[in-house]
Amino acid sequence: MRFWRKVLAITWKDVLSEFRTREIIFSVLVFTLLVIVIFNFAFGGGQDTIQMVAPGMLWITFTFAGVLSLNRSFIIEKEEGCLEGLLVCPVSREIIYLGKMLASLLFMLSVEVVALPIFAILFNLDISFQLVVITLLTTVGFVTVGVLFSALAVNTRAREMVLPLLFLPIVVPLIIAAVESSGLALSGESWGEIASWLQIIGAFDVIFLVVSFWVFNYTIEE
Amino acid sequence: MKENHTFKMVLLGTTTIAMVVTMYLIFIWVPTEEEMGVVQRIFYLHVPLAWLAFLAFFVVFIGSIMYLWKRQEKWDVLAHSSAEVGVTFTTLFLITGIIWAKPVWGVWWTWDARLTAALVLWLMYLAYLIIRPYAADVQRGARFAAVIGIVGFIDVPIVALAISLWRTQHPSAVIFEGGLASTMLATLLVSLFAFTLLYWLLLMLRIAIRKDETELKRLKEQRD
Amino acid sequence: MNESIPLSSALEVWELTKTFGNNRALRGINLQVAYGDFLIIFGPNGAGKTTLLKILATIMKPSSGEVRIGGLDLKKDTEEIRQRIGVVSHQTFLYNNLTARENLEFYSRMYDVAEAGQRIHEVVNTVGMATRLNDRVGTLSRGMQQRFSIARALLHNPDIMFLDEPETGLDQEALPMLWQSLQNEGQGKRTIVMATHNLERGLELGNRLVILSGGKIVHEQTGADSDLSTLRKVYEETTKQ
Repeated sequence: MRFWRKVLAITWKDVLSEFRTREIIFSVLVFTLLVIVIFNFAFGGGQDTIQMVAPGMLWITFTFAGVLSLNRSFIIEKEEGCLEGLLVCPVSREIIYLGKMLASLLFMLSVEVVALPIFAILFNLDISFQLVVITLLTTVGFVTVGVLFSALAVNTRAREMVLPLLFLPIVVPLIIAAVESSGLALSGESWGEIASWLQIIGAFDVIFLVVSFWVFNYTIEE
Repeated sequence: MKENHTFKMVLLGTTTIAMVVTMYLIFIWVPTEEEMGVVQRIFYLHVPLAWLAFLAFFVVFIGSIMYLWKRQEKWDVLAHSSAEVGVTFTTLFLITGIIWAKPVWGVWWTWDARLTAALVLWLMYLAYLIIRPYAADVQRGARFAAVIGIVGFIDVPIVALAISLWRTQHPSAVIFEGGLASTMLATLLVSLFAFTLLYWLLLMLRIAIRKDETELKRLKEQRD
Repeated sequence: MNESIPLSSALEVWELTKTFGNNRALRGINLQVAYGDFLIIFGPNGAGKTTLLKILATIMKPSSGEVRIGGLDLKKDTEEIRQRIGVVSHQTFLYNNLTARENLEFYSRMYDVAEAGQRIHEVVNTVGMATRLNDRVGTLSRGMQQRFSIARALLHNPDIMFLDEPETGLDQEALPMLWQSLQNEGQGKRTIVMATHNLERGLELGNRLVILSGGKIVHEQTGADSDLSTLRKVYEETTKQ
């Protein structure tokens, strides 16, 4: 299908570019590790404190790492007018959205794949399958609106500030759900209660995938 | 235009009367509530403000959709003006929440469902209003704001859902109990009505001022 | 307005306007370009050249007016138009971290170019850059980058090309050769619309010239009509602010 071939071409281009510079993944990974270390000192305390704050720590880290990586998504398109180059192509704006979204998703997941085990080791936490699912679904939610706002922010002044300003209020429900369900997952809870939180995350994902898909057009046209 | 003017005067008159009546009801007529005392009267302001914060954002939502669809400036004017009125009401709602909380529960802020959702709503309003000067030109600013208006509004129910679910997991000591006596209900309804009129009036006035601003700018451009 | 116009026009513009808030960037442009023409648009900075080209390149929407490119309506058949036009600007549209080849492969996929490998070879030879294909774009000189940018624009064999001040940074001697090959590469002659403020170059290359100033076309002529000094005089007069 030509549609998906073009989508994947865009994703591949972003991945290739990232391979060359390793800009996003390295800087975000380093940032993540730094935050983890700082959290350790900020919360001091013993294992009990850690158990309590672990979900929050985890998601603050991933949220800010997410903002960092999403910011980069469209900045590379601003160099040399590449975004214009894309707009001139016979490619629907939705294709651009999906391509970028998948690339951002891959980047964030790569960071999380490394960060989670590190978290587990440093703080003696147990990563369950549930936690992995929660992380996956929440990250999808992050990138659905994140890419939308990244495209918007890159066309404004003070773009580094604009993205978090728009992004963070919108993903509040994701963060609440992720923190709560992660807490449950870390304490060994099986699906039970986690399910209702996952429903919220899932609903967010679906709803905002559709909405962003539809509205993306308006953020990148001139 | 004449007809518009008459309508505005009628609206102004009705709103004034309604607000005066409401104030009377709130501060004099309705009996003082047993548990919380006089400060409870803020409730009759607090609730309508919440309703308006939401109503105003709904208007922003509709205006934003229509603007992106039809590209007619009047829709953006509607959405923008409603956002300005709405953010004011939301701010007042948050402030009255604080004023109420301290004497009654001893804390400045409670992370209860309503207040927290209002805080997030306030942040969305802020994003909607702030984005405009940051865009490259006025039209793009309007378009970006419209996108925020749409995404933000759709997010609101999800936010409310998440927060109330969170609240059931972490109930706080401060809970407002239901139970409204008939006098209280009556006062509340009148207040709701009056505040809705106030919203409408402020919206009309803001739109009129905005139209004048645009006209003034256009005349200046022509002269130069 | 629609059926009676002969299909021989590559580009038709009627009463095109573009307004940004209170700034009227384009105030009623009317233009007709036949297939095979090489139209030069002169104008000082701020005249509206870039705005006009962006609208023609389908990146920007007009405020009012009608545009037909290759017989297709700008509003309705936007994607088909994009398949048929090539755009070169002073920005290269190339990703600096990727090699020239990777860039070209990417755009081949965006344009659904058949037999991409072969086509890439062809266009790269046209612009004379075959030896640097596997170099990262960021390491190339400006001139070389611009040549690859032109190769990129040629990949899908567009009939109509829009060039916005493309010679910034290019080596001056190679230019006429480049533009000629651009026009003649592949089958048939391409239609080219180029914006520039270099009067001498424009007179050399174009067979039709217009001068844009303050959002309006203030002068039109065919290339043969004047020499450089006459043109310069006309330009100075018509673009007085």
